[in-house]
Amino acid sequence: MTDQTTHSTPPAESGVFRRFLDSDLFYDFSRRPIIILSALLTVVIILAAAFAPWIAPHTPFDPASLNLMDGFTPPMEPNAFTGNVYWMGTDSQGRYIFSAILYGARISLLVGFAAVAFAAILGITLGLIAGYKGGWIDTVIMRIADVQLSFPAILVALLIFGISKSLIPNEMQEQAAIYVLILSIGLSDWVQYARTVRSSTLAEKNKEYVQAARLFGVSSLRILARHILPNVMGPVLVIGTIGLALAIILESTLSFLGVGVPSTQPSLGTLIRVGNEFLFSGEWWITLFPGFTLLILALSVNLLGDWLRDALNPRLR
Amino acid sequence: MKKTLRAVTLGTAISMIMIASANAQTLRWASAGDSLTFDPHSQNHGQTHAVAHQIYNPLIYLDLDSEMQPGLAVSWEVTDDPSVWEFKLREGVTFHDGTPFTADDVVFSFQRAQHPNSDMRTLISSVKEVRAVDPLTVHIETNGPTPLLPNNLTNLFIMSKVWAEANNVLTPQDYSAGEENFAVRNANGTGPFRLVSRDPDVRTEMVRNDEYWGMGEFPMEISRIVLTPIQSAATRAAAMLSGEIDFLQDVPVQDINRLNNSANITMLSAPENRTIFFGMDQGREELRTSDVKGANPFADIRVREAMNIAINRDAIQQVVMRGQSVPAGMIAPSFVNGWTAELDTVPETNVNRAKELLTEAGYANGFTVTLTCTNDRYVNDEAICQAVTGMLGQAGINVRLDARANSIHFAELQQGELDFFILGWAVPPLDSHYVFDFLLETKTPDTGAWNFTGWSNEEFDSLSRALPTETDLDERNAKIARAWEIVQDEIVYLPVHHQVLNWAVRQDIDFAVQSQNQPMLKYLSFK
Repeated sequence: MTDQTTHSTPPAESGVFRRFLDSDLFYDFSRRPIIILSALLTVVIILAAAFAPWIAPHTPFDPASLNLMDGFTPPMEPNAFTGNVYWMGTDSQGRYIFSAILYGARISLLVGFAAVAFAAILGITLGLIAGYKGGWIDTVIMRIADVQLSFPAILVALLIFGISKSLIPNEMQEQAAIYVLILSIGLSDWVQYARTVRSSTLAEKNKEYVQAARLFGVSSLRILARHILPNVMGPVLVIGTIGLALAIILESTLSFLGVGVPSTQPSLGTLIRVGNEFLFSGEWWITLFPGFTLLILALSVNLLGDWLRDALNPRLR
Repeated sequence: MKKTLRAVTLGTAISMIMIASANAQTLRWASAGDSLTFDPHSQNHGQTHAVAHQIYNPLIYLDLDSEMQPGLAVSWEVTDDPSVWEFKLREGVTFHDGTPFTADDVVFSFQRAQHPNSDMRTLISSVKEVRAVDPLTVHIETNGPTPLLPNNLTNLFIMSKVWAEANNVLTPQDYSAGEENFAVRNANGTGPFRLVSRDPDVRTEMVRNDEYWGMGEFPMEISRIVLTPIQSAATRAAAMLSGEIDFLQDVPVQDINRLNNSANITMLSAPENRTIFFGMDQGREELRTSDVKGANPFADIRVREAMNIAINRDAIQQVVMRGQSVPAGMIAPSFVNGWTAELDTVPETNVNRAKELLTEAGYANGFTVTLTCTNDRYVNDEAICQAVTGMLGQAGINVRLDARANSIHFAELQQGELDFFILGWAVPPLDSHYVFDFLLETKTPDTGAWNFTGWSNEEFDSLSRALPTETDLDERNAKIARAWEIVQDEIVYLPVHHQVLNWAVRQDIDFAVQSQNQPMLKYLSFK
């Protein structure tokens, strides 16, 4: 398009950042206000979650820091007993909703990123092997993927979660809950990556540069890692972004169902579940604010992912 | 013309359906937790008895006003020998399977309830022998005079001997060992309803027993009962509001106002015969879940006192219970013999003093321990535990919370596996001895059945064990007072509050709340 020349021959003094600013991708990005807003919101939530211990007025995971008498304070109204005012109110145990959301988003994002990373690494590895080796290895990996695809992700995650829970001794379950969650969401989501990477690998492995590398006697492992992998990462990035939104929602769903992280270390989904108990009695703020945060986060990440998919797809240009 | 005819036909059909449904009244009953078992002698557990009362009968039962009423016995009195009670049995009663009820069934049921597997045996530990004098007369001989024997029989259900023999259920289910027998999911009683289907924790269905001895005497307007446990508080309230259920036993405290304001729902409320408290294993050398090794912090009375004054019971009442509880200083509500306002005084909360006490006991940096809680048994049980976790944390005790279903909780508790646990206790005989007998006497095969604290006190045991046969009422009450004094001084348990009972019924239902939280559905009628 307009800066095709800059793209192919970048000026010597510019770094990666300069190249990014000059790219088609950024040009497209800078012309879509909704995508800019989504990116901003995502960054703000991620930063807020990352720096939660410095931003949050108190640590909601530490029961000793709570005052029960502050419980059920409505937003922007003084508590009936203590007179304290909190701008998002407090929950049943006197946790500030604002602090709980920051820490909850931290757990949700941590689980989301870790699960996506786990799923991507597993999926990419299996996809590369299947695509490059072919034959029976390809058949076995892809049939497993097909079988798993026929089950909804939430079912697979629930199944893996249940099995892991029964294998872990009772006293370690609370500490292990978050890793089990990452494992179960990751394992339920690797298929997408494997299928995409496999099809790209099938196309790439017959290209001249791969053939050349082979003629030089480069090992299969090195060809996969240094030559093929960089060329199949584009689509993976797109799936990863959309996958992040899905993983956050899946984590919240599991926690909402009560099988995710324990209520003493609430994620956004746990906060919504706990608040849900009080919807009928009119304490709407306990569930509404975490729910709204989840909505914003999932929507922003999803919009970003969709945009990235369209922007990187040459056929849609 | 055709249209009118069709409308009339339709109208007639609808009204006929409505009449039919009025005659066949189904009661959809929901509670937070389910009955643990239908084996009537396996568990001494409130909700288990509450469900069993619809199917089985005891000799004597407590009516809606908690007054003793003749069940399968029509009269009971002490004979010339003060150690022998004579019970005259009801004539013409049959079990659900058609076999007639006789004195042999009473003898058999008492023997069964005295088996080591039975959780009811503590209640009748004073019973020496039960004799059938004739088919409708039973003599119960006790070890010494036992004036309060009838009070202990209100949840002791009578089973058919023939049925038990035929189905190989001569001994009660060993609940804590996870055993099942035929009587766990099947039942054959003499009660107002018969069991049709049983799916534990999901759905239990009963239909009216038209051969019931009380037909005509009680309203008996329900033809079918469907009992569905609903663990989630919001779902329970929603089910009641949407008319999906007709009778809700455990109304979430946060939804009382909402249900009260609904025109289709009547709220029934009364002080409940149940106290919620925490127990601590004081007898072990070392706790299972604590970072303190080689010593048991709970064995030190200073630690127990620190915990006692670290818990802010008024805050729990005001915030967690929304006023629907009475903060407690003892494990017995005001209508139990032995209760005094002084004993029930709530200790003043003082976190600084608690820290001092912990420092004196050598735990200046606190210690960790796991608190095990139910999340479907008592009103807001998990929230109470969360609040207490925070309060103890402020004093320096780092509590980990493990909340789970009551079926798991009680099985583990009875295997003696818990360091720090929640428990609720009702006192159906309305006398302090019941509390002493189950919760406080030294644990032996016959006493202290629910004493999982490892606490043992000789003076207390001798006072408590003298109570059943003490005939001088003043002397007896003096002993009860002294026994409570020991319990209070030793801080064996940490009482939290007495529950307030809240039931919700459809507005066209006429029913009264019973402080035992045992709905006797034979009394329920439709307006």
